[in-house]
Amino acid sequence: MTDVTLRVWRGDASGGDFENYTTTQNEGEVVLDLIHRIQATEAPDLACRWNCKAGKCGSCAAEINGKPRLMCMTRMDQLPEGPVTVTPMKTFPIIRDLVTDVSFNYRMAEKVPALLPPPMPEGGYRMFQEDVERGQEFRKCIECFMCQDVCHVIRDHEDNKLNYAGPRFFIRYAELEMHPLDTNDRRDFIREDAGLGYCNITKCCTEVCPEGIHITDNAIIPLKERVVDAHYDPVAWLGRKIRRKTKVSTAAAAVQPAP
Amino acid sequence: MTNAHHDYDVLIIGAGGAGLRAAIEAKQKGLRVALITKSLLGKAHTVMAEGGMAAALGNVYAEDNWMVHFRDTMRGGKYLNNYRMAELHAKEAPQRVLELEQWGALFDRTKDGKILQRDFGGHKYARLAHVGDRTGLELIRTLQQKVVSMGTDVFMECKVLKLVHDTEGRIAGCVAYDRPTGEFLTFGAKAIILATGGSGKSWKFTSNSWEGTGDGHAMALWAGAELIDMECIQFHPTGMVWPLSVRGLLVTEGVRGDGGVLRNSLGERFMFNYVAPMFRAETAESEEEADKWYDDHTAGRRPPELLPRDEVARAINAEVKAGRGSPHGGVYLDIGSRRSAEFIRRRLPSMYHQFMELAGVDITKESMEIGPTNHYIMGGVKVDAETAATSVPGLFAAGEVAGGMHGANRLGGNSLSDLIVFGRRAGMGAVEYIEAGAVAHTMNMAEVEEAIAGALAPFEKEDGENPYDIQRDLQEMMQANVGIIRTESELVDAIAQLDVFTERVKNIKVKGGRAYNPGWNLATDLPAMLTVSKCVALGANLRKESRGGHTREDFPKADDHFGTFNLAHSSDGGNWDSPITTAESPLLPIPAELKALLEEAK
Repeated sequence: MTDVTLRVWRGDASGGDFENYTTTQNEGEVVLDLIHRIQATEAPDLACRWNCKAGKCGSCAAEINGKPRLMCMTRMDQLPEGPVTVTPMKTFPIIRDLVTDVSFNYRMAEKVPALLPPPMPEGGYRMFQEDVERGQEFRKCIECFMCQDVCHVIRDHEDNKLNYAGPRFFIRYAELEMHPLDTNDRRDFIREDAGLGYCNITKCCTEVCPEGIHITDNAIIPLKERVVDAHYDPVAWLGRKIRRKTKVSTAAAAVQPAP
Repeated sequence: MTNAHHDYDVLIIGAGGAGLRAAIEAKQKGLRVALITKSLLGKAHTVMAEGGMAAALGNVYAEDNWMVHFRDTMRGGKYLNNYRMAELHAKEAPQRVLELEQWGALFDRTKDGKILQRDFGGHKYARLAHVGDRTGLELIRTLQQKVVSMGTDVFMECKVLKLVHDTEGRIAGCVAYDRPTGEFLTFGAKAIILATGGSGKSWKFTSNSWEGTGDGHAMALWAGAELIDMECIQFHPTGMVWPLSVRGLLVTEGVRGDGGVLRNSLGERFMFNYVAPMFRAETAESEEEADKWYDDHTAGRRPPELLPRDEVARAINAEVKAGRGSPHGGVYLDIGSRRSAEFIRRRLPSMYHQFMELAGVDITKESMEIGPTNHYIMGGVKVDAETAATSVPGLFAAGEVAGGMHGANRLGGNSLSDLIVFGRRAGMGAVEYIEAGAVAHTMNMAEVEEAIAGALAPFEKEDGENPYDIQRDLQEMMQANVGIIRTESELVDAIAQLDVFTERVKNIKVKGGRAYNPGWNLATDLPAMLTVSKCVALGANLRKESRGGHTREDFPKADDHFGTFNLAHSSDGGNWDSPITTAESPLLPIPAELKALLEEAK
């Protein structure tokens, strides 16, 4: 048991400042444990989001010593000695203290053109492990929105939020595009409305992903090949027509009766 | 003072699996539907479910069917279940699981392209559709994305304080507050579906998130509905025990389904010593026999590690008590010596990650230290099996907040399937109720004013108690007195202490403003936490036997007389501090053809 100092940003949309709290730290504790201890003792109105405290819900994202992290998965004994700084995610407007308004992400979710599968045959679809695995990687996303927070396209340029969906939704689009049952075509939408072209693959999103999803390599780059290049390159355009056929025939295979 | 007001046909409180599934159903019928959630959308406790959802698809063992699933569920529940719920659940779960794939779910597959199914405790056959060990996340994301694509209104970070009636006693809406601003809201609704989940937060060691404060249980009771089986609480056998900061965090039963075994400090697989007579015929007698079963269920009988959760939790408790526990008061769960590192990382990726990051333990090489943790409440609002209707007109309940489906003990994997089967039925029930026409049109504003005044009271005190202190003391008391093993003197003491807690809650002082104030939010949670705690303690004291998730040291055996009824609680007055009455409520008689299925198994 040792004493440690946390510098926690406190305030709201009108402004705020750091407040220092000195509190005890026990073996194995994470940053969220200390925030909870501060709430339970000195500052019961200290606002923070959390739910599962197990790295599964993605609620407690904040910037710890300047880096986006889940507070529940950041062990105190793995941070450098000295005061620990905890600030809200920078890309989103402040509600209070460590809580930000992440509604941007929910607006982007509303725009996603849904999965369009063929009608389900009696007894269910047939899909194979190797075909579902690509999408399963992206469906590990816990929506902590740290990839959105760190993406400089919106972190540094508020205006871009109007027509840029961000890494969280690029993996969603990649998942849908690679879904064995999907017959929907979102390529124009992804290019024009979701703003995939703004991403210049600096991989910041991949580095902060707590689920280890290869956002850039496995989602954004294949999606760019599929969408952006196809728009400008006549050869790729031809390829797009062919690939589109492949997509429909994969979905058709999933509704074949069992052998 | 006027508050913002919204009107809907169907209002759903809670946006976990049951709430989302109910919303889809009501929305498909073209009604005006809204969801209210205390958190952000997609963060509900459903995401914590790991192992899978039980459905007799028969993809791995063709012998499986709804009748075997029904039998397993009733046996697991020690026959205290609402048989009709167990029957509907077993019959409808396969179709509910399959339909998730139309909405984008990607389950793990069998070699021939069907949904793969995994073994779990108490299920005769491999029955759990799953995605690695993150099935709950897959379920909530699939339903969330479907709900969003349908254009459903969602009020996030909005806490409902109380349900509101019309002058004729029908449900007419509710009063809530918006957490970011602290402003009050009223909702008018023709029907309300409670899908608020569980109540584990009244205990010190729990797998539940902060949201599990029993709001729906309490609000239903206050509104005039009955709560049944509240003494039946599931202590999941495998929660983390070290480090202390993660004590109670869930370790999926999938570890045991995939070959993990329990050992005491002497290295013994002690579960062989704890096989109750009702499970002896189908449980292996030796390690050799048990180990053959994993690959071929016809080559040997089931390993005792896969007995229902109540049996395993009690066994672990007994080993620790006998001095054969691990250094931090648990026992060992070992899969590292039994399966390859590659297998473990593929099948149990989030368990691997969780132990590596939070405990510094590599589960492919070392054993996990685990012990029982408050995980689930079988008890809940008494509902009609077909429609999920409560006894209050216009009020419905589905998922963990509803009672009856699981009897005295829930089988692993039956929760996620419960959510989608009865979430849908609650949506259908609400639609039928509205179509029948006898719905409320006006809210009793006196009830609204009273709820708001109650919520604001903690700001008006000159001085008073910190709500966090009360929460901590309540959790310690419930853990000590109404835990996994219970006895009369401790229960009587708990009931008396809960009256003292009631007075303390009336004396809460909240600091700060109303906007996103967690201390105030906790102050508004505590009345529900106390109501639920009282029902649990009262029921536990009156059920003078041991059955499923209710174990009495002073009455260690099941008593046939107590197997004929549920204990049903109701509120005299409808306020959070009103007295609670408890009465016997006879079980539904089981039709002969279903009884025959249960007899066959004996």
